[in-house]
Amino acid sequence: MNELLLGLADDELVIGWRDSEWTGIAPLLEEDVAFSSIAQNEIGHARAVYRLLTDDSDVLAFDRALDEYRCAPLVELRLLDWAHTIARRWLYEEADRIRIEALMRDADPAVAGLAAKIDREEAYHRMHAELWHGRLRDEPRFREAVEELWPYALGVLPPEQRAELAAHVGRDEVPAVERGAHTDELAELWEEMTSVRRSAPAGAQW
Amino acid sequence: MVTAPQVWAAFAEIPDPEIPVVSLVDLGVIRSVDVHDGHVRVEFTPTFLGCPALEAMTRALEDAVASLGAEPEVQVIADDSWSTDRITAAGREKLRSAGFAPPAPREASAPRLVQLQTAVFRCPYCGSTDTRLENIFGPTPCRSLRYCESCRQPFEQFKTI
Repeated sequence: MNELLLGLADDELVIGWRDSEWTGIAPLLEEDVAFSSIAQNEIGHARAVYRLLTDDSDVLAFDRALDEYRCAPLVELRLLDWAHTIARRWLYEEADRIRIEALMRDADPAVAGLAAKIDREEAYHRMHAELWHGRLRDEPRFREAVEELWPYALGVLPPEQRAELAAHVGRDEVPAVERGAHTDELAELWEEMTSVRRSAPAGAQW
Repeated sequence: MVTAPQVWAAFAEIPDPEIPVVSLVDLGVIRSVDVHDGHVRVEFTPTFLGCPALEAMTRALEDAVASLGAEPEVQVIADDSWSTDRITAAGREKLRSAGFAPPAPREASAPRLVQLQTAVFRCPYCGSTDTRLENIFGPTPCRSLRYCESCRQPFEQFKTI
């Protein structure tokens, strides 16, 4: 299994899940709408990438044990505060753009084609992040949130792509919070995310 | 024996599940139809990858082929071959008259925020270009919300993909 693609798909699934947690309770009605759409897109990207790896995307999305997920700790965090939520969205989109652009040049046309499709959709997530970054970048709470999440953001990318991310966001590289070990927050999310699937009898049709 | 024009005609009757004023043919999501010995192979491209209507649309295509007495094979193609540029002229007019501003043409690279804020977007109700971006996202991922300063009406703008 392609670990890079699996990591990408797991990131998109889990951040989509986290983004959807704002549906109904975002500080502005517009953000209820925005986060719901973004979540839907991210989970759609996860589904499409899983389908490159296997015939049944649900098996990869919901039938694995917790330690088989390859998502980065950045997406796992349960962030209850808006400054952190926006800081993560901004950092995640900056990192995601770098790896998607690299995949658009992949030798496998199925991977490159899907990456190009994803990029066109992510463009709107980047605009959303850019708008909010513009609004909040001088706010101390936001700056603290970016500071705190920066080592996690670096961990989204393989080491060779991190310098580009650091240059984009204007920060220095620091030791990254790497993929591999999972946060306790993912364990809670996994319970919820897989509960319907686990409760259904074998052979259930969806 | 079923023919390709019959299949296309049947697909032109299938409404988009979320915006039923346009058909799947108007949307340009049918990439190809190959008919061979009563077997119909269809290549279908999703608009957005997270579109919740993907399965419903695939089933509708299969049912349409089956109702012509042929055996369907619908393949979903998840690449960049669908763009909002593929929405037909008739489809654009149907969208506009239903209050959805059709998408702007695609450019070489993905759109940027400044374009959404400064490019000309026309109100589908009164035709004014005095409109502003309200929200990048709308009721479905394919639409943004804009507001017309001239007729004071909010409207949905199709995103360029």
